[in-house]
Amino acid sequence: MQQINSALRHVPIWLVYLLGVLPAPALLYAGVTGGLGVEPIEALEQRLGELALQFLIAGLAVTPLRRFTGLNLMRFRRAIGVLTFYYVCCHLLVWLLLDVQIPAQVWADILKRPYITIGMAAFVLLLPLALTSNNLAVRRLGPLRWRRLHRLVYPAAVLGGVHFVMLSKGFQIEPRLYLAAIVVLLALRLRLPGRGATRGAESRQARGRSRGESVHNPVGKASDAESAWSMRP
Amino acid sequence: AGLGLAGLAGQGRAETLEPNSFEEITNYNNFYEFGTGKEDPAQNAHRLTTEPWSVKIDGMVDRPGDYDFETIMSEMTVEERIYRLRCVEAWSMVVPWNGFELADLLALAGVQDGAKYVAFQTAYRPEEMPGTRFPVLDWPYREGLRLDEALHPLTIMATGIYGKPIPNQNGAPLRLVVPWKYGFKSIKSVVCITLTDSQPPTAWNMAIPNEYGFYSNVNPNVDHPRWSQATERRIGGGLFAKRQPTLMFNGYEEEVAGLYEGMDLTRNF
Repeated sequence: MQQINSALRHVPIWLVYLLGVLPAPALLYAGVTGGLGVEPIEALEQRLGELALQFLIAGLAVTPLRRFTGLNLMRFRRAIGVLTFYYVCCHLLVWLLLDVQIPAQVWADILKRPYITIGMAAFVLLLPLALTSNNLAVRRLGPLRWRRLHRLVYPAAVLGGVHFVMLSKGFQIEPRLYLAAIVVLLALRLRLPGRGATRGAESRQARGRSRGESVHNPVGKASDAESAWSMRP
Repeated sequence: AGLGLAGLAGQGRAETLEPNSFEEITNYNNFYEFGTGKEDPAQNAHRLTTEPWSVKIDGMVDRPGDYDFETIMSEMTVEERIYRLRCVEAWSMVVPWNGFELADLLALAGVQDGAKYVAFQTAYRPEEMPGTRFPVLDWPYREGLRLDEALHPLTIMATGIYGKPIPNQNGAPLRLVVPWKYGFKSIKSVVCITLTDSQPPTAWNMAIPNEYGFYSNVNPNVDHPRWSQATERRIGGGLFAKRQPTLMFNGYEEEVAGLYEGMDLTRNF
């Protein structure tokens, strides 16, 4: 794991952004050229929504992965989060501009249709997170407030998973797997009785060593935490 | 085109419909027995054995029994019907079906007095239908019509598209087509038809009764709880296809509105 982690340290963040951004234009191109089948609007909307959920789940997996396997993807977490928001926006834009098309109906749908209300709520929750995903915002807010604010991703993730389950017809497995993944990744963050004390101590210790370090950092590797927040003066 | 329909549809409306391409009609299907994706049926439905095929017609009929598909075909007059198809998911197509009137098939079995409804069942073969391994719906797929709806001349059993035998993903070897109702009423790959005096249970109504009613007539004024039914997107328009208004009874109001006279269509959705 150590080798993987040190190899990962050489992967530039911009590469993650680049590879992460590309599926959207590729899908759009496929949609225009017939690669998405005979009903490209629905296909595009759905694929972008799934990508948003996949990035969301990847982002939620970073902390548990480090805790349980030692794999350290903290450096990439901000990119994963920003890409999540990017796909949420793409998904929303396709819904607005290509799918519903009629502005009056957009409002009607948001107010009247629970799965759309829930999807929009998730988008609204993610909005402040996207706006504060920069070093300046982290500095201005301070690590504690920043971290508290970014816990909004937890309810947003649940809402996103529920949104997918609610819009599917009949009892479908796939959307439920997404929701289950989200719930499991959130549950892993709960402090279990008995373990909580040690972990709390660990993180207090960790915090003492380096301000702004992740609370969920049992190993207490300060250097990793630094790169995670990339806000050291 | 629209031979038998011309008189019924009036004003030559059938003639003005531009059918979707064979490729569009056969690659965008809801047939959950083969998967919930729109392209799953085209991919998986080849596993369905359609020969031999027989339809069991039972219940309140004079001549109940298993009717062999070939025998049925030898008794029926197949004609082309170009119909709009409006899915409850707010997309639509125009399909040039080949088929015969359901009324003729029911006459073959002899409907008894007192029969009020017709119940249909799709084949349920887990070994050939990968989608049925999941409890998406309470299999087998079931649908039903009131007898007067079933006997209406617009109601057909389709056995072909564009003059070719109907592809498996579209409901081979024979399926119901009720053009003024949402697509899911037009049950595919029918193996059983039962005449009864009570309203039969139907698959989607059993699954989510507040979203899918027994009648499920296309109605732009009664929304599905999860989406508006006022407009629809015609398949084949590409990425920038404009929505178009949905027509009452999918454009067959003149022919079928009389069936529902005095009924509250908001309650009987």
